Amino acid sequence: MAQATQNKQQIEQRVTDALVEFGEERENIKRDARFEDLEVDSLDLVELAQIVEDEYGVELADSDLDKLETVGDAIDLIAARAS
Amino acid sequence: MTRDVVITGLGAVTPLGVGAPTLIERWTAGESGIEDGLGRCRDFEPTDHISRREARRADRFTQLALVAAQEAIDDAGWDADPPYEDTDIGCVIGTGIGGIATIEDQHIVLRERGEAAMSPLCVPQMMPNAAAGAVAMRHGLRGECYGTVSACAAGAQAVGAGLRMVERGDVSACVVGGAEAGVTPLAIAAFGKMGATSKSGVSRPFDRRRDGFVIAEGAGILVLENAEAAAERGATVLGRITGYGATADAHHVTAPDPDGDGAARAIEAALRDADVEPGAVEYVNAHGTSTPLNDRSETEAIKRVFGERSRSIPVSSLKSSIGHLLGAAGAVEAVATVLALRDGVAPPTLNYEEPDDGLDLDYVPGESRPIERNGRAPVAISNSFGFGGHNVVLSMEAPE
Repeated sequence: MAQATQNKQQIEQRVTDALVEFGEERENIKRDARFEDLEVDSLDLVELAQIVEDEYGVELADSDLDKLETVGDAIDLIAARAS
Repeated sequence: MTRDVVITGLGAVTPLGVGAPTLIERWTAGESGIEDGLGRCRDFEPTDHISRREARRADRFTQLALVAAQEAIDDAGWDADPPYEDTDIGCVIGTGIGGIATIEDQHIVLRERGEAAMSPLCVPQMMPNAAAGAVAMRHGLRGECYGTVSACAAGAQAVGAGLRMVERGDVSACVVGGAEAGVTPLAIAAFGKMGATSKSGVSRPFDRRRDGFVIAEGAGILVLENAEAAAERGATVLGRITGYGATADAHHVTAPDPDGDGAARAIEAALRDADVEPGAVEYVNAHGTSTPLNDRSETEAIKRVFGERSRSIPVSSLKSSIGHLLGAAGAVEAVATVLALRDGVAPPTLNYEEPDDGLDLDYVPGESRPIERNGRAPVAISNSFGFGGHNVVLSMEAPE
């Protein structure tokens, strides 16, 4: 359990860093922030999926990406698949 | 009926620095932006001017266009809100190649790491219309918008296309220009392989020792407005764009017609369009690439159109100072020509020292010179020619 929590924190950090790299301000990136409001679009999510696959070996299909609405959704999905 | 068109805003990013004023001041002073045989925009840091997000989503040619366009639009005094309905403003930006750095980088990714590793931004970055689309999106310009593709005539052709759009009354204003970022390994090697670029690394248009062009990058943008609408809103007029002429050589894929026939016809067409006699032209901003063939055939074309008077008109090439910006060249040269007319000064052709047989025009060697003002607003033309045989000439006048 402690390991899972640690992994999730690590994933949250990595997702946040990726969104900052995409051009978002760090202070706006919160679990309940909606991708639409952050102006994170489908092109950004494809890049996020590439990072996740490279670093955690988690494959996210287009159909997975379509369902992601908030930053928290992405973190939870990646953490669930990674464990 | 066609409407008169005025130029109300100018922007440029070139190897001489960021900004149209920097371009004209440094060129007029005879300074060069070429270093190690290349014309890079060394002072240009995209995120000094546009957001990280915009910069990241754009190839360098689009970044250059965005920054030049912001300057031109600010110069026109449009502020945050353009003075016309958004659907009443067009945008045409030319390029010779488009996002070639993106193509080169992504091809390496594809070969080394496979399709899965490629960037989803590859297509929006590499497409040649990306600059036009990005400028329209940043400023909310919702009239007709596209990119022109005619090699080294593309920037001038975009200006001509925007001129026609405003003349016809399709739109009240059009943001026009060209952008190029082809100082990349593939482009340098490819132009080198065909023998187009200078082995000496010196841009010396019209000089006997000229041995090819110096490849360079940058962007130039102009804001064109319906003259009546611009006057109504009290805009400052920087110059008037009065004529556009475009022809094809249909001669050879890269070599110009040695007689300069296509180029001469384009000059004649631009002057007819402007309704001015050749005798009114007081300055020629030459295409002047520093290639053996171009500079000779361009000289022939100028002689054919201007006859005996051709030796007394100052003819100078900006490429002597910044190199050849390919699809951006014609637009940057239009920016420089407007400012040369405003200042009444013909900037020099740098590095011109040794005359060549038959190339006997007044190429303004070394130092700038006043442009004659024979009792009227002086007229200038700017020539642009592209591989494929494209000839484009713009006719401009100083503000009254």
